[in-house]
Amino acid sequence: MEAIVKTIFPVAVISVGIFLAFQGVLMIVAYTVLAERKVLGWIQGRIGPNRVGWWGVLQPFADLFKFIFKEDIVPDKSTKFVYYLAPIVALTCALLPIVVYPFGPAITTVDWSFLPYGLGDNIQRLPMTIAQIDVGVLFVLGITSVGVYGIALAGWSSNNKYSLMGGLRSSAQLISYELAMGASVIGVVMLAGTLDLNGIIFAQMNSPFRWFIIPQFIGFVVFLIAAFAETNRVPFDLPEAETELVAGFHTEYSALKFALFFMAEYVNMFTVSVMVTVLFLGGWYFPGLSYIFEFGSIPYAIASHILFIAKICVFLFIYIWIRGTLPRFRFDQLMNFGWKFLLPLALANVIFTILIVYFLNR
Amino acid sequence: MVASALFFVFAGLAIACAISLVYHKNPLYSAISLVGVFIALSCIYVTLAAPFIAAVQILIYAGAIMVLVVFVIMLLNLDDDKPLNRLQYLYAVGAGLGLILLAQTFFIFYAVSKKPNQYIETDETVGKTLNIGTAMYTEYLLPVEIVGILLLMAIIGGVILARRLEPPKLELVVNNELERRNESEIEDEYRIRL
Repeated sequence: MEAIVKTIFPVAVISVGIFLAFQGVLMIVAYTVLAERKVLGWIQGRIGPNRVGWWGVLQPFADLFKFIFKEDIVPDKSTKFVYYLAPIVALTCALLPIVVYPFGPAITTVDWSFLPYGLGDNIQRLPMTIAQIDVGVLFVLGITSVGVYGIALAGWSSNNKYSLMGGLRSSAQLISYELAMGASVIGVVMLAGTLDLNGIIFAQMNSPFRWFIIPQFIGFVVFLIAAFAETNRVPFDLPEAETELVAGFHTEYSALKFALFFMAEYVNMFTVSVMVTVLFLGGWYFPGLSYIFEFGSIPYAIASHILFIAKICVFLFIYIWIRGTLPRFRFDQLMNFGWKFLLPLALANVIFTILIVYFLNR
Repeated sequence: MVASALFFVFAGLAIACAISLVYHKNPLYSAISLVGVFIALSCIYVTLAAPFIAAVQILIYAGAIMVLVVFVIMLLNLDDDKPLNRLQYLYAVGAGLGLILLAQTFFIFYAVSKKPNQYIETDETVGKTLNIGTAMYTEYLLPVEIVGILLLMAIIGGVILARRLEPPKLELVVNNELERRNESEIEDEYRIRL
């Protein structure tokens, strides 16, 4: 009996954690879509959706049911296997980074010793993360860069010239902006001395700057711009530019397969917001919060968790705000901007950070 | 137990993807299979307690290099691979090399099974990022620098190959023409002012 409980208990804890994390992220993502329609409506002098539920609160679920019950049309001359594979790849790669999000600090003040068989021994040191990976930053960057296959393969397999153009543009854009993105992260990694996302937050708690946005403001700006380009959002939404390419890579996709692409885009937005928050704004850490609540207690965890979500929501709002404000780049402008402006700026930031680290450690 | 089971799962996946890479006629299918090989390999690295190498494998090979390959295949819109009748002898060479590789593998299996239960003292922290970085910039600094210079040479070579060698002469003519026109326009203005 004891052996069975001891094997099942950690699996059960992790399963509950995974369920809560994915469910929470997907709920936030669903309401990002509603928030986007509302905010865009206000920016354009409209009301936005307000028919389904009070203030349009049930709109995301109505959209979901519509996607499920729509007719699924597959182009006759498409490459079937790749055509079905592409949306799955896109959504899977978008959802995978949730595994390493640092949702909050470990709760150390609760005594778990009432649990039988010594099950509570390790719970106190358990941080609110599904998987503690030593290379969290690289994991997120790698998985999100694999996600572009979803878009590129969708464009190729649809047997449609607009889709193909969208896929090509997406892969060219990703290759160009990934360099700037990686180079802007190097500064943070050098200041923190670790690639672990929780480790980066603890490094910000111990650094004299509190948040890395202060010494790394250039890196922050470069990361945010490059991340906009990586998620194919306005003003970098050339892969789905509707005035030129109908709908770009997802022209031939309908019903639930389109919904998968749609969800992947918004989950990617969420991932970028989490990464910006963790790398530059201290993640769940807020300076001075430990004077109000004891560090490691349950109120501290709840307050820091709410602050973390609030910071993420600020960036999601910036996404929507920019979509309502800026026009789209031309393709040559996009390439020139990425290679001739962002990349040199990011490299200059790396050199600047080397100097900071050198003088701090002297 | 779990680790070896996972190893066989991912190794089987890698081999299946590799076979599909070789046997597909369509270059894009081969490229996707190669991505599958890279991902399976990085899973094996994770089970071997080397998370940094696993992440770099995904980030660089699957995320950057193969995206370029897929981009080029899509851009050129390549057709299916045609069998090369002229180079039939290559099949024989390939079979010979494959047999040598197979013999090597069996020899290694044989050598290992002769001396079973030899456990090597390993450090769990060897695969950590900090240790890899420290080793690269202290003990193995010279090889790292040499590889860096090699990559720099490759980049410079690529730039030189892609550069246009002869400057287009048409542009010069047009420039002269434009200059001449501008001069005459200035003269015209001068006259008008007079």
